[in-house]
Amino acid sequence: MKAQRDVWAETLVEVAGLDDTVMVVDGDLANSTKADLFAKAFPDRFVEVGIAEQNMVGIAFGLSTLGYRPWLSTFGVFLTHRALDPIRMLVSQTHASVRLAGAYSGLLNGSSGKTHQDIEDLAIMRAMPNLTVIAPVDEVEAAAVVRWSCAHDGPVYVRLARDAVAPVLPVDYMFELGSVVVLRHGGPVALVSTGVQSSRVFDAAELLAAQGIDARVVHVPTIKPLDETSLLAAIDGCTHVITIEEHTIIGGLGGLVAETLTSHGIAVPVTRLGLADSWSESGPNEFLLDKYGLSAGRVAERVTAAVLADLPTAVH
Amino acid sequence: MTERIERPPVRELERLARLVRWHVLNTVTQSKAGHIGGPLSMADLLVALYFSELSIDPEHPDDPERDRFVLSKGHSAIGLYSVLALRGYFPIDELASFDHGDSRLQGHPDMRLTPGVDVSSGSLGQGLSAAVGIALGAQKRGRDFHTWVVLGDGELQEGMVWEAVNSARRFGLSNLTAIIDLNGLQQYGWAAQQGRDRFDRSEPWGHADLPMILRGYGWTVIEINGHSFAEIFDAFDQVKRAAESGAGPSVIVARTEKGHGISFTRGTYKWHNGVADETQLALARAELLTEGDQS
Ligand SMILES: Cc1ncc(C[n+]2csc(CCOP(=O)(O)OP(=O)(O)O)c2C)c(N)n1
Ligand SMILES: [Mg+2]
Repeated sequence: MKAQRDVWAETLVEVAGLDDTVMVVDGDLANSTKADLFAKAFPDRFVEVGIAEQNMVGIAFGLSTLGYRPWLSTFGVFLTHRALDPIRMLVSQTHASVRLAGAYSGLLNGSSGKTHQDIEDLAIMRAMPNLTVIAPVDEVEAAAVVRWSCAHDGPVYVRLARDAVAPVLPVDYMFELGSVVVLRHGGPVALVSTGVQSSRVFDAAELLAAQGIDARVVHVPTIKPLDETSLLAAIDGCTHVITIEEHTIIGGLGGLVAETLTSHGIAVPVTRLGLADSWSESGPNEFLLDKYGLSAGRVAERVTAAVLADLPTAVH
Repeated sequence: MTERIERPPVRELERLARLVRWHVLNTVTQSKAGHIGGPLSMADLLVALYFSELSIDPEHPDDPERDRFVLSKGHSAIGLYSVLALRGYFPIDELASFDHGDSRLQGHPDMRLTPGVDVSSGSLGQGLSAAVGIALGAQKRGRDFHTWVVLGDGELQEGMVWEAVNSARRFGLSNLTAIIDLNGLQQYGWAAQQGRDRFDRSEPWGHADLPMILRGYGWTVIEINGHSFAEIFDAFDQVKRAAESGAGPSVIVARTEKGHGISFTRGTYKWHNGVADETQLALARAELLTEGDQS
C-alpha cells in the first residue's frame, strides 16, 4: 500500500524526466507533500516560495506563461481557501496550465485538526468555471491522474490524501476523464463515493453483503467535468442512491449526484453522508473515521439505517 | 519586429499623454461608467514605457521575446487600452466598445481577449506575483526580456504584494521592475489630516516610509516625479544599470497626482471613477486636444 502523496511525487519525477515543462512550486511543505523527492531530482525545476500561498499561485501562473506546467505543493486547505482569489483570477479565468495538488485533503492529516482539514474543497473548486476537479481513490488511480494532468491543457485540481488506503483498482487501470467506475456490482442500493473514501465504501459493501444487503459501489473520480451518462448508467436500476464523502454534505459529491439525478428527472431517493455541516477535530485516523461515520463499519451501519428508513435525508 | 522604438521628443510624448487622457475621459463618459483618476495618474508612465522603453511589436503581440507588462491595478484598464490603441495594437475606434457586451476591451484587462495584454488583473494585489513568476520563468528559460508591473499605492495594502516583494528579491530577479503609481489617493481611504496629506483624503502611505521599506527588502529604489518625462527616462536608465549589474529587482516610486492633467479631476478621490457632464467634457477637450488631434 502506498500513499497518494508518495505516488504523486514519484510520478512527477518520472514524467519530468521526459517532459521539461513539469515543475513544482512549493509552500514550505515539500517534506510533507513529498515534493522533496522532486526537489532532489530536479532542483532547477523546483521553486520554493515559502509560506505565501497566494504568491505561489501567482508565481505558478507567471511560470505557465513561459510554457511551464507547474504543480503546486501545499496542503489543499491553503490552496482552496487562502489562495482562492488568485486561483480564480489568474488560473481559472485565464485557463492557465497550473496544477493544484491539494495534499492532505479531507479529515486525515496527521491529527492536525479542523484548521487543516479541507472538507469544502470539492464544493468550492467545483463551482469554479474552467477548472477540472479530480479525486482519485487509490495509488493506482493517483498515478494515472497525475500523468493525465501533466499532459492536460488548462487548470486541474487534484484532491490527494496523506495516508494510504487499500487499493481497489487493477494495476492496468486506465483513467478516463469524466467516467465513473463501478467497483462492485449489486443493487438495488447504490453507494456512490469519491476520492480515497471510495476504498472504505468498497469495504463497507463487503460488510453489508455479509448482512444480506447487496450494494453496488460506484466511484466518481472526476467531480468536474462529470460524464453524466456514465453516472446514470452506473446507477441504472437502483432504487436508492447513497453518497458518501470525506467532505461536507453540502455542495460536493452529494450535491453533484443529486443535481445530476434531478436534472435528468430520475426520482430515486438520494441520501447524502459525510460531514453534516460541521467541523471535525484532531485525532487518530481510526477515531475520526468512526466518529464522523466514514469508516467501513460506520458506513455499513449508516447505509443499513438509511436503507431501512429509505428516507432521502442527510444522516450524520 | 519586436524592438524598442526610437525615443520621440518629449513634446510628442506629452501630446500622446494628453491624447491618452482624453480617450480615458471620453471613453468612460460614453460608456457611462469607469475609472478616471488612476488611469490619468499613470498616463505619462505608460506613454514613456510603450513609446520608448518596451521592446514590443504591436503586429506580433505574442512574440515570446517581447518585454512583458502587467497592469496590476487592473481598474485602470482604460488607460492601458488607450495607450495600446495609440501604439497600434488595435484601432482607436475600438475604444468605443470599452465595457460593452461582446467587447475585447473588458472592464478589467483580460489577457485572453485583448492583444497586448499580458496578464489579466482586476482583483488588486496579484500582479506582482504574476510578474515574479514571469521573470523567474524568463530566468529559467534563459530569455532576455524585461518584465514591468504597475501597482497602485492603495493596492500596496494587499498582503500578497509583500509576499511577492520578498520573493522577487530572494530569487534575485534583476529582470523585474515595479512602478508604483504613488498618487496619494485610493477609492475611499481615510479622512485627510490637515497639513499632512497632499489631497482631499489621507495618503495611503503617509504614515510609513515606503521607499525605505522597499530598500529594506533589498530592492533598488528610484524615486521620481511620475509626470516628468525627463525623470522617468532617468529612472529607466537607472533600471537598466541595476539590471545589468545583477542588483536584483528595481522599483520606481513615481509620485503622481490622481486625475492628473484635467483641471476638475486632479487631486481628488471623488474622481476615482465617474463620468463627465457635457460642460466638463468640453472643458477637458479644450485642455487636452490641440488642433489636428483627432477627438
Ligand atoms: C482585491 C480588491 N479589493 C478591492 C477592489 C476595489 N477597488 C478598485 S480600485 C480601488 C482603489 C485602488 O487604489 P490605488 O491602488 O491607489 O489605485 P489608483 O489610486 O491608482 O486608482 C479599490 C479598493 C479591487 N479591485 N480588488
Ligand atoms: Mg492610488
